[in-house]
Amino acid sequence: MIDVVYFAWVRERVGLPKEQVETSATTVAGLIEELRAREERYQLAFSDMSAIRVALDQTLVDVDAPLAGAREVAFFPPMTGG
Amino acid sequence: MSVRVQAEDFDMAHELAGFGGSSAGAIVTFTGIVRDTKAADLQAMEIEHYPAMTQSALEAIEADARRRWSLDDCLIVHRFGRLRPAERIMMVATASAHRADAFAAAEFLMDYLKSRAPFWKKEITRDGEVWVESKAADETALERW
Repeated sequence: MIDVVYFAWVRERVGLPKEQVETSATTVAGLIEELRAREERYQLAFSDMSAIRVALDQTLVDVDAPLAGAREVAFFPPMTGG
Repeated sequence: MSVRVQAEDFDMAHELAGFGGSSAGAIVTFTGIVRDTKAADLQAMEIEHYPAMTQSALEAIEADARRRWSLDDCLIVHRFGRLRPAERIMMVATASAHRADAFAAAEFLMDYLKSRAPFWKKEITRDGEVWVESKAADETALERW
């Protein structure tokens, strides 16, 4: 089980801010594929991977990062701070 | 040296009282304001953030600035929640012996805050709600550091 959190329009498209996901994926990219296969709302959220950023346990990573040991994965659009 | 993430407004004069101590010869500040970009129809700006990550991400950016320049003091304040046009969104302040380091560090902090701090802005207008998109220029701005 891994905690998955969503922010901004990724959260809106998925339709919830947080969920626990049972996964056999070994990488972030694998987890995204599992989610996309579930329901259309995930396909919508992950339709443009160039607009998706990922954090594993609150640290920015690439989508090919391994999930091993991570407790929380976050998906969100490019940040717009400042 | 401090980093704060808060819903409340902040007072510049209060934030800068005693900032930099007695060794700083230069203090640079930057303040970001909610700007109505489309013919005065902006009602509010909603700023979302990732509470579990925001503080540590800002602290990491601040620590990076302190490694690169000789700073006597450094401050980042960033708000979240619903803000109205002309409200303050955030500020950075840097203090150094000379202005070059203070200016450079403040620009560095702003460049990194733009695209590496987990905040997302949504504009609420009469016509609806639109997420602010990041700009390619924000990403290329990091390459100079």
